[in-house]
Order: sequence, then C-alpha cells, then structure tokens
Amino acid sequence: MKNAVGREIPDELLVNGKEVYQGKYYMDGKYLQKAAPKTHRYEKPQESKIVASLAEALKACGARDGMTFSFHHHLRNGDFVANMVMKAAIEELGLKDLTIAATSLGEAHDPIADYIEEGKVIGIQTSGIRGRMGEVVSAGKLKTPAIIRSHGGRPRAIEAGEVHIDIAFVAAPTSDCVGNCRGIGGKSNCGSLGYAMTDAKYADHVVVVTDCLVDFPNFPASVEAIDVDAVVVVDSIGNPRKIASAAARISQNPRDLMMAENVAKVIASTPYFKEGFSFQTGVGGPSLAANLFLEKYMDERNIKMGWAIGGICGPMVELLKKGKVGKVIDVQDFDLDAVNSINQTPGHYEMSASQYANPANKGAFVNKLDFVVLAALEIDTGFNVNVLTGSDGVLRGAPGGHPDTAAGSKVCIIVTPLTRGRMATVCEKVVTVTTPGDCVDVLVTDYGIAVNPLRPDLIECLDRAGIPHVTIESLKEKAYSLVGRPDDLQWEDKVVAVLEARDGTILDVVRKIKPLEL
Amino acid sequence: MEILKTAAAGTLESSDCLVTVEPGEGIHLDLSSSVMNQYGRQIKATVLSTLERLGVENASVTVVDKGALDCTLKARVECAVFRSNGTSASNIPWGGAVR
Repeated sequence: MKNAVGREIPDELLVNGKEVYQGKYYMDGKYLQKAAPKTHRYEKPQESKIVASLAEALKACGARDGMTFSFHHHLRNGDFVANMVMKAAIEELGLKDLTIAATSLGEAHDPIADYIEEGKVIGIQTSGIRGRMGEVVSAGKLKTPAIIRSHGGRPRAIEAGEVHIDIAFVAAPTSDCVGNCRGIGGKSNCGSLGYAMTDAKYADHVVVVTDCLVDFPNFPASVEAIDVDAVVVVDSIGNPRKIASAAARISQNPRDLMMAENVAKVIASTPYFKEGFSFQTGVGGPSLAANLFLEKYMDERNIKMGWAIGGICGPMVELLKKGKVGKVIDVQDFDLDAVNSINQTPGHYEMSASQYANPANKGAFVNKLDFVVLAALEIDTGFNVNVLTGSDGVLRGAPGGHPDTAAGSKVCIIVTPLTRGRMATVCEKVVTVTTPGDCVDVLVTDYGIAVNPLRPDLIECLDRAGIPHVTIESLKEKAYSLVGRPDDLQWEDKVVAVLEARDGTILDVVRKIKPLEL
Repeated sequence: MEILKTAAAGTLESSDCLVTVEPGEGIHLDLSSSVMNQYGRQIKATVLSTLERLGVENASVTVVDKGALDCTLKARVECAVFRSNGTSASNIPWGGAVR
C-alpha cells in the first residue's frame, strides 16, 4: 500500500494494527494505552545492589534466550557498555535470539555485527545505525527487519508497549551502590542521560554499569535507584576522548559560513524571530555556524533567545553564559563544554527523550519550537529528507530527533551543500524518506534557497526581506548538471529495515541492495 | 596511442580517482567506485570513450574512483595514457585528442 509520501509499504508489514504514514498529525487526539513493566520488589532493605560481574547481573535479572536488551548512546563512539553486555550474555551465558533496542548504534559497536552474522542477535531497534552494523543489516544478515525510530518515536513505542524491554542497561559515568546515576562527576562523563530515562521507567529490569562508584546518594539522579535492580562496577565504561570532543568548533569553511549566514537571514525574516524565540540546531558545520550569525541578528534587534533544546554543544552554552538565551534543556551533550555545564550553569537542564520529542505524550518540547536547523544526506523535490541511508542504499545514518523537531517546529530549515563529491544532495527521489516533506519548510544550499510551496507565508517573508529564492526543482537540475544524473538503485525484494514515522505508522522500508555488476 | 609502460595518474582523495594503465591486449577495464551503484555505468562509459578518443586500443586499465566528476575522470585517464608513452612532458595534443 502506498503511503502519504508515495512509498510502497509491503502488505505483510501492515499487521497488528500497523498503518502506513498518512500525514504529520494523523494520530492527533487518539488515546494511548500505556504499557507497564513487571518489576521485582525489594522490600527487605539492601545495603548495596552491587554484583560482581555483568554475567551475575544478567543472571540476577533472569536473562534468557529471546530477550530484548536496551542501551543508550550518550557515550557515543566511545561506548564500551553495549559490547561488554552482549559479550557476557552471548559468550558467558550462551544466550541467543536476542534483540537490541538502542537509542543509537555506531562504529563503537562493530563487534556486535559478528553476533548478527552468527544469528545470536536477531532483532535491532534503534534511532541510528552506522559502521559494520549498518553493513550487515543492509546485507540482509539480521533475521528480522531492523526497526528504525526517531528519538521521539522510540519512547512512544516503549510507552505503547510496541517494544518491551526486558533488561535496560544504563551506562553511568557515576552511580552509588544502589543505582542512582548521573552523567557527571566521574572519569567518563557524558552530561545528560536523557535517552536512558524512559528505558529505566519501562524496562522490567534495569542494570547500571559504571566505572565510578560514588557515595550514596548520588543526587540529583538522572536514573533513580527506585528503578534499578543491580549495579556493576567495571574498569571503564568508555573512551572519554570519543565520548565528548574537546569543543565543537565553528567551521571556518567559507561555503559553510555562507550557508549559515543565509540560514540566519531566513530566520530573521520571519515573524517568529522575536523576543523569547526558541531554537535548536545540529552540530554539523553549517548548522552550528548558524549560531554565530544568529547572534548578530539578535544583537542588532536587541532580542534574546528564550530557550534552546537538543543535543547541546559549546557554542550554545556560550550564549547561555552571555545571557543571550534564557534556558538550555538537553537530552545529550556533544562536547566537554556542554558536559561540564549541564546542571552547573544556571539555566542548563536535563530532559528525557520523551519530554524532548515524543509525539504521543501531552506536549513535548519540540512542539514549542520556533526554529530548527538540520542537515540532510539527501533531500528530494518533495522536500522529503533522508538521513539514514547513503546514496548507495546502505544503512549509515540516524534519524535521531530530525523527524521530531521538523514536525514540531514552526520553521524547519535544512542546510546542506548541493553536492557532496559526486553525490547530488538535492535529488529527484531520496533513497529512504526519514523526515516527510510536509514537515520541512526551507532548504538552504550553497547554490540557492528554496521554500516549500506548502509555506506561502514563508515565501512572503523571504520576498519582503529581499532574500532571493528558487524552486527546489531548479536546485536539483543544477546538481545533476554538475555530477550527472544517477542511475536508479537496484533492490532485491527482501526488506532489511522498516522506518517508522514518529507516530508509529510506516514511513518507508529499506530493502537489500543489489550491487551493480558491470 | 600505444601504452608502452605502466603509468598512473590521480589520487585516492575524495572526489578524485586513481587511474593506472598497463600494456595489454584489447581494452580491459577494472573499475571500483565509491559511487558504483549510481554512477558505475557512466564512469565506465567516460573512461572507455576517453581511451577511444586517444586512440588507445590495447590497454589494461584500473580505475579506483572516489567520487570524481566526469571532467576529473577524463583528465586522469588522459594523463595516465600520456605518461605511459612519454607524451606527458611535451607534444600534448591540446585541442586535438585532449578537449
């Protein structure tokens, strides 16, 4: 059945009430029956929940074949915890048929690809997939199609019981002996633990893995001891150098700066750019640089930003410290400046993934967002964005909060160079739709700006401000004139990944790629 | 044009390609590319038409492409061919075989 973004969704996936994507607010007003976990009672006072090893913790939580384990990705590419847990479960306990429900998976998790190839891991549910994991899933080696959800779609699915977590693993930079966790104060600090919060509340069992045990009570806690079954102390939960970069630097690339300046111009041309406006930006070159130019316009008009959300890095913390933004609320920290600021700098707070972006709760932060600036691997003439699959059809990206912020914000701006190497970023049809075009408003490239025809109000704003803009079709033609028109990818029938829209409907599927034989 | 000895041109940098030509019988092309699935056919056609324009009929050609544009591919193939027969220092047929 064809969905609202023109993608053919196989009928065999449309079972148990699953529907195809039908537009951005299709589920609005419906009711949600929340699932509840079955949890262990610890009435008798315990001195400590520390167990000797991950294997012991797994046993204590009744780990068995066919279970779903959850992980969060605040340790980013420095994470050791997911690999350690899977190794203990599979190699020490001999478990099989496991499903991994992660907030994101990357190169750090390459070793788990072996367990997929061996058939020990049979399911993957994640908001991002890169490295060898992406390759083996794309090659059709996972027994069931991977399920890809946005950062808001994931807590929605957990709360709705569509994914039931048997054991959640919390990688905690600090914990006390009963499992109060924080993302700071240890040797592998990551700042916010926002993505782990929903998991801890909805999993049957919760295991905290830390490399820095601190005195009770480790407060204020991000994940609380009332939800924790066991604490495991290991030598190291991650490589600090890969957890948070020294400082996210603002690009010096003139092309990035030109695009960033145009992003700020577009923002400043709209009526939403007024005292107290709200903002989120990515950490990519031109997205991050937009901060710099936006500050100029804020100074010029003597207005301040009310609040900013997102994955946070140094430049936003800088604005907070200068008093140019009222509050910064984050689910994840990208650099040491942000890690060292959260819950320290007045006005810098932590939030859960659900509070950030869940479309099925009673109003997430993204719903109050004025502007979001995002990148794209590809964007097509219907303004549909792909941030998941490479142009060669292989899984190597992350929807993350992209679809959530795009849908919630008043103005969603995509900023991307027109071409990358020989790849046309602006194209006829994206490989995979991860953010539907009805959520995307403006495209800023190095060859021009295009506004979604669904937003005549924004077209008027740009015209009034004298900002030139063109059709997205003309940008696509420009791109193809530079790099040539690509051949269509050839696919096999096998579906290797299902891409859920944030509301739980099916937005697209990724099939197994058929490599070109010359 | 004849391929007298093995010669190479280009790099493995992103948006470039490394072209190696060796003496051979007929044209044999070994192509790998980071954009194979979308541009493999076009790259092959560009390389073969460039060889034909240069009058190369016997060569074993290896192209390791990192997303080079057509103009880059042509230039690298031309350069590798000229280096293989000592034409690269002088007598480059500007405006003739090289367009």
